[in-house]
Amino acid sequence: MAYTLIETVTVGSGGAASIEFTSIPQDGVDLLLKLSTRTDRAANTDNIELQVNSNTGSIYTHKRLQGTGSGVFTGSFTGTVAYIINNGNNDTSNTFGNADFLIANYTSSANKSCSSDAVNENNATLAYQDLKAHLIADTNPITSIQLAPDSGTNFLQYSTASLYKIS
Amino acid sequence: MTTPVKVVVDLSKPKGERESIIPLTEEEIAQREADAAQAAIERAEREAEDQAKADAKASAITKLTALGLSEEEALALVGA
Repeated sequence: MAYTLIETVTVGSGGAASIEFTSIPQDGVDLLLKLSTRTDRAANTDNIELQVNSNTGSIYTHKRLQGTGSGVFTGSFTGTVAYIINNGNNDTSNTFGNADFLIANYTSSANKSCSSDAVNENNATLAYQDLKAHLIADTNPITSIQLAPDSGTNFLQYSTASLYKIS
Repeated sequence: MTTPVKVVVDLSKPKGERESIIPLTEEEIAQREADAAQAAIERAEREAEDQAKADAKASAITKLTALGLSEEEALALVGA
């Protein structure tokens, strides 16, 4: 399997309320989104909200394994977005959360099985690590991906999102 | 107040011409606020679920130790 970088976007000064990849080429097998992000949430940690195909239905399900630095949690959830752990603006200065989000068989006409591996970078006890198995109940091929902060309102400058296809 | 923007990367275009920085419309800003409210509800549900599980685990350990198990045995049973 070969990884091909499709595009990287870097948020400029002033931040961005959302990042959207559109017209995703349909010649790959899997999609891998690599994120290095920080939001303006005035607290430790934030989540990135991910949607595909602008689908705002309650189609995003996950089961998660999560470490907080002082405990471990499991959980499951179904909602209108897929969540990915990220950095808020009270985490260690100038650090960015990092995450991989893998969408398998993204051109198929079946629901999409996904996984994510994310780290909230914070030089303190509270620092989340998060593994999730996701189901996105959308049978359309994935042609667009939308990303937005959960609690924050903007991704901060120098946040990046890179989209790879695996084929 | 600065109008929030979105970064749209149109992958049908050639490299170097793909990225657009577009101010959000009033409708998009309203939708964003609605989404934020929904996200807050969902976040509260997730946190409540985590807390309920932690409470249930603590309660189970207390009850098991009351039945005579050591704390180590109770922890092993509840997977803590």
